[in-house]
Amino acid sequence: MSLKGFHIVFIVFSTLLALGVGLWCVWVDLVEGAPVYLAGAIASFVTAVALVIYGVWFYRKMKRLRIIT
Amino acid sequence: MEIPYTVSNRPDTGLWNAKIGIWLFLASEVMLFGALFSAYIFLRIDAAPGTWPHGLLNVPVGTMNTAILIISSVTVVLAWAALKMRRYRAYWWYMLATITCGLIFLTVKLAYEWPQKFEHFGAYIKPDALAKYEKYLGNERRLEKGLEPRIEITGHLHSQNATEYEVALDPVNADPDDPAMDRPHFIPLPVTDKIATIEKADVQRATMFLPTHSAYFASYFTITGLHGLHVLGGVIVFIYMWLPVSKKLYQRNPEHLANRVEVSGLFWHFVDLVWIFVFPLFYLL
Repeated sequence: MSLKGFHIVFIVFSTLLALGVGLWCVWVDLVEGAPVYLAGAIASFVTAVALVIYGVWFYRKMKRLRIIT
Repeated sequence: MEIPYTVSNRPDTGLWNAKIGIWLFLASEVMLFGALFSAYIFLRIDAAPGTWPHGLLNVPVGTMNTAILIISSVTVVLAWAALKMRRYRAYWWYMLATITCGLIFLTVKLAYEWPQKFEHFGAYIKPDALAKYEKYLGNERRLEKGLEPRIEITGHLHSQNATEYEVALDPVNADPDDPAMDRPHFIPLPVTDKIATIEKADVQRATMFLPTHSAYFASYFTITGLHGLHVLGGVIVFIYMWLPVSKKLYQRNPEHLANRVEVSGLFWHFVDLVWIFVFPLFYLL
């Protein structure tokens, strides 16, 4: 596997982590009711969306530059 | 003598040599970290109720370090892409950003997170002396609520003599009956000024938050230490490839430098991927 392929795998795992952290924050907020965890959940879900957008952008850019063949 | 297959593919493998080498190396790394993660999981499953430390790490700092490593993976791949497009200046800046991220990660880990643990103290109380320290443990209320009993008193070690420890208590032991203390605090609360005197005869074992404290901290320091060494190794390689010596290689054979950056980038991604597993396992769960 090339670096670009591994990078896409890495971004997928990072996205899953961001979603996981978001769900964890929701769970802690439900248990403790601390607003800071809700803010963390929102930040995590926004990060997950940003990572998906970045992953798609990266794949298209590599393909356009013919670095992904 | 010219080293063969640094740029062109070997006819038998279909790949240039360093790429085969790095994947063989990463396969061995998977076995190394896989064994350590497995050990951690089995130790945790086997731990007696209430004995496994939880919520002792600083989640916001860990999250920041995770973000720094993800950003560094983006910058290293952009550095490699810049080389592929023969844009050396852009490569130089992206590589500098990657090195900076790696150094920030190590600095946070070694100058903040680890020392914070080294300053913290925990004393496991003998089962027959737990009642004596009930005002710091709050176990009667915990048992009524169906929560696991506390067996450790933590805080900053104020002083000690031949027979006693004096500990500035963590909030969890300073006010154990506060319902807010029933759950671990992932955003650490500061140590209180309430001092507890603990007799050494009542203590099963007492230590700072070092690897000797528990299987949890032994695993934490082993895995994050080994991971930190990998980050340091990656940063050293990146610094070499960022220095002017690499520009000479770029001018002579840009594809050769791009391949070097690719294999080191693969290593860096693996190291970052390990952290993606370390963070939830140690900090959150």
